[in-house]
Amino acid sequence: MHKPGVDPKKLGRIHFVLLISRQGKVRLTKWYSPYSQKERSKVIRELSGMILTRGPKLCNFVEWRGFKVVYKRYASLYFCMCINQEDNELEILEIIHHFVEILDRYFGSVCELDLIFNFQKAYYMLDEILIAGELQESSKKTVARLVSAQDSLVEAAKEEANSISNIIAQATK
Amino acid sequence: MNPFSSETRLRDMIRAIRACKTAAEERAVVRKECASIRAAVSDNDNDYRHRNLAKLMFIHMLGYPTHFGQMECLKLIAAPGFPEKRIGYLGLMLLLDERQEVLMLVTNSLKQDLNHTNQYIVGLALCALGNISSAEMARDLAPEVERLLQFRDPNVRKKAALCSIRIIKKVPDLAENFVNPVASLLKEKHHGVLLTAIQLCADLCTVSEEALEYFRKKCTEGLVKVLKDAVNSPYAPEYDISGIADPFLQIRLLRILRILGHGDADASDLMNDVLAQVATKTESNKNAGNAILYECVETIMSIEDSGGLRVLAINILGRFLSNRDNNIRYVALNMLMKAISVDGQAVQRHRATILECVKDSDASIRKRALELVYLLVNETNVKPLTKELIDYLEVSDQDFKGDLTARICSIVEKLSPQKIWYIDQMLKVLCEAGNYVKDEVWHGLIVVITNSTNLHGYTVRSLYRAIQTSGDQEAVVRVAVWCIGEYGDLLVNNIGMLDLEEPITVTENDAVDVIEAAIKRHTSDLTTRAMCLIALLKLSSRFPSCSQRIKDIVNQSKGSLLLELQQRSIEFDSILEKHQNLRSALVERMPVLDEATYSGRRAGSLPAVASTSQGNPLQIPNGVPKTMDAPLLDLLDLSADEPALQNSSGPNFLQDLLGGDILSSASQSGTTQPQKSGTDVLLDLLSTGSPPAQNGSSTADILSISQDNNKTSVDALNSLSSPMVTSVQSTPASSIMDLLDTFGPSPTVPKDNDPAYPPLVAFESSSLSLIFNFSKQPGSPQITQIEATFTNKSSDIYTDFIFQAAVPKFLQLHLEPASSNTLPGSGNGSITQKLRVTNNQHGKKSLVMRIRISYKLNNKDMLEEGQISNFPRDL
Repeated sequence: MHKPGVDPKKLGRIHFVLLISRQGKVRLTKWYSPYSQKERSKVIRELSGMILTRGPKLCNFVEWRGFKVVYKRYASLYFCMCINQEDNELEILEIIHHFVEILDRYFGSVCELDLIFNFQKAYYMLDEILIAGELQESSKKTVARLVSAQDSLVEAAKEEANSISNIIAQATK
Repeated sequence: MNPFSSETRLRDMIRAIRACKTAAEERAVVRKECASIRAAVSDNDNDYRHRNLAKLMFIHMLGYPTHFGQMECLKLIAAPGFPEKRIGYLGLMLLLDERQEVLMLVTNSLKQDLNHTNQYIVGLALCALGNISSAEMARDLAPEVERLLQFRDPNVRKKAALCSIRIIKKVPDLAENFVNPVASLLKEKHHGVLLTAIQLCADLCTVSEEALEYFRKKCTEGLVKVLKDAVNSPYAPEYDISGIADPFLQIRLLRILRILGHGDADASDLMNDVLAQVATKTESNKNAGNAILYECVETIMSIEDSGGLRVLAINILGRFLSNRDNNIRYVALNMLMKAISVDGQAVQRHRATILECVKDSDASIRKRALELVYLLVNETNVKPLTKELIDYLEVSDQDFKGDLTARICSIVEKLSPQKIWYIDQMLKVLCEAGNYVKDEVWHGLIVVITNSTNLHGYTVRSLYRAIQTSGDQEAVVRVAVWCIGEYGDLLVNNIGMLDLEEPITVTENDAVDVIEAAIKRHTSDLTTRAMCLIALLKLSSRFPSCSQRIKDIVNQSKGSLLLELQQRSIEFDSILEKHQNLRSALVERMPVLDEATYSGRRAGSLPAVASTSQGNPLQIPNGVPKTMDAPLLDLLDLSADEPALQNSSGPNFLQDLLGGDILSSASQSGTTQPQKSGTDVLLDLLSTGSPPAQNGSSTADILSISQDNNKTSVDALNSLSSPMVTSVQSTPASSIMDLLDTFGPSPTVPKDNDPAYPPLVAFESSSLSLIFNFSKQPGSPQITQIEATFTNKSSDIYTDFIFQAAVPKFLQLHLEPASSNTLPGSGNGSITQKLRVTNNQHGKKSLVMRIRISYKLNNKDMLEEGQISNFPRDL
């Protein structure tokens, strides 16, 4: 099914997104270019080794396997995005910041614990920002609106389920 | 719901995992959870499927295998409700990748969801398809996606646009279907739709030339206007980033203009104004502004030239370069690298700043800057740049030194204006970072040194100084040891002084001290020590006064646990002990190493390099029976000006010597008298009096000829040499050379077996004459016995009289000891010496011989030489 000749560079501007804690724990991974499960853990290992050890005042880019990884640390979390050598690193820094601000608005001053216990939410938001490794929305407000609209769909379904089970419970009394 | 379920909530599982103190504990918790999820999977439990998948995703992120959950994703996606689909698609994207067959099973659900009435469900399906679609799925679902590009809700249109990117990348021949829908999306106002449509447009242009032409014609003007509006738009809080209106949109617009303007003057013209506006109006004090400027510079550099804009772009890069923010400087270096091809001069102006970046504390910046400097070096600035880099080498990080030295060496090698400068710079690099340079660097240096004949003395003296201060750098030690071994005599006698040099006083013992220190240094590795042993062997003949000391040092390695060293020292000791006569010939100076061969080999494969520059010196004493080439090369090496003993000969002879059966000990005793000749004698025998400086090349030629001869047949040689008998034949003569031994005092009586050949006056000067008498043994016509008779017509006595002769390869010459080494004056006696010549080409070729006679007249060295080509034809 997979042709080895397919150049992963050709799929999407951003090849993957990683959130890694200062202790090296993975908090979010999103792969837009094909990496097998085995490759994924290798990539994570290599990059945490490179990025977590870098000093605080250095630039936010590391060169890695012919790609460039743009990372930025927010509190205890490192946000990393992998791009091609010739891509605009500064823009990726803005995208990371964009993502962080959206998380921040959603959780209200986001912290690592939010992303641990509500990791799915972080994914839902990322899916409203990036598809196929490309930016899909530059308005934070729009993203927030779309995520909360879907959240309320879930809530509504839950309530409906509860009321149905209540009705059933009452009917079967 | 089952109140007895042992299952925990997601939140509780995460807590339990976080509470684990050890990895083992964590594994236990995960194992328990996985077991219960597997049980639920096999029970086809519907109530907890949602929660179980969430748990599995968390477990997956911790790095545990979760393949058993893949089918659960499909079931959730197939469920009717939004919550199930939402988590199902998320799991699908996380737990699967496009290479898994399971993915095909989801195609049908995707198709249904793409046609769902709920726009959020459509959004979920588009997102999943865009992130992990395979080529097959892309082909199957492309019509749905295409249709969704016109969906009523813009948020679905933008998702469909990005999904289309994936589709056309997977199946490029679908591109044309998307061209028209994209053209209408490009006219929208919604930023999300614009962003994604521009991106899709850019990707269409890269996969399809027609699409590019189409968009260039139809959309360039419109896109320029969108950018103009974006740049001039009033404050819009929704899209504002640090005072800039939607930088993401501006960046994408600049990017698509780059594609449309590249290679098209008309399109480029349309965008000049707006590019100038972006370049001048964008605030550069925030990252977002710089990101736009970055893209703007890129676009200016790749569209058709408009001089003014380029200046603007280079100026922006200059500002970037002097920015305090490391990110901006990193980006600047990167972009300047691309700008070199556009405007090299402009980049050169920033050289000083770039050089500063090489010294940055940030490894990413250093690396970029070094690569940029490497591109900036040219003939005019190589000296100052190299100086800067070498100065920096002193203080640079340990782990940067490897990269830095490699770059410096390659700059110096590529652009060095003079050899002396090259050698000086390399010595500096080795002194600073000799432990970091790769082997080929010092190998290359040795090759250059051997080729700089007039700098041998200077180099060996510089190295002597260098090793005093930087004896801890392995590469310095190796090169110094090699050079002292080769050119020790130049070191001690201050030969070949350059004007700029200060004389130094080095005694022979000092030079040996250096080698001894190197061999005893505990950090020296096998290679260095082996090189030391060779240097010692060489010095034993260069410095006769130290020979006992050298022998002692060599002997110390006899017990070495390293087999190589042990063997070497035993062999060398044997040469020093038992083969005095052969030693000096064996340890002649290395011939000039061929630079072309060296660089050719280096380009090909690195290991071969070792054998050029390192292997040869190592092989010389070692390879006595097997690698006769190497000693032969040494024998032929010509530039030495020290006395050498004269028992050199061709390979066979040498081999025999080592077998110990040719020269009797009696004749050896004769040879131990120092005879004033030496390799330069050989040189002159071989070449027609070329000045020493050119000897290098002539040797190389000789070598190549004689080596070729070894391979090809003798006939080939003949055809080669026939047109120019004298010059060519005399050249290969080197390979077979018998030199003189003194003989007993009683002259042998010439035998007159075959008087058919008249005597030949082989040499005649005002005072000295040499007559050859020929005879042949019946039955062996190839062999000619020659009796040489020397007479001295002057009134002075010639002492230390030595006769040498050389013949081409098709001849074999055997010289017997002479009757005396003193030739009385006034024709009052003579010296006779017998020669035996075997002509392998008997009947085809005549004898030819080059001779050299040296003697002392009133203690003054005298030299006579000549060539004999008038031998009787059928000898």
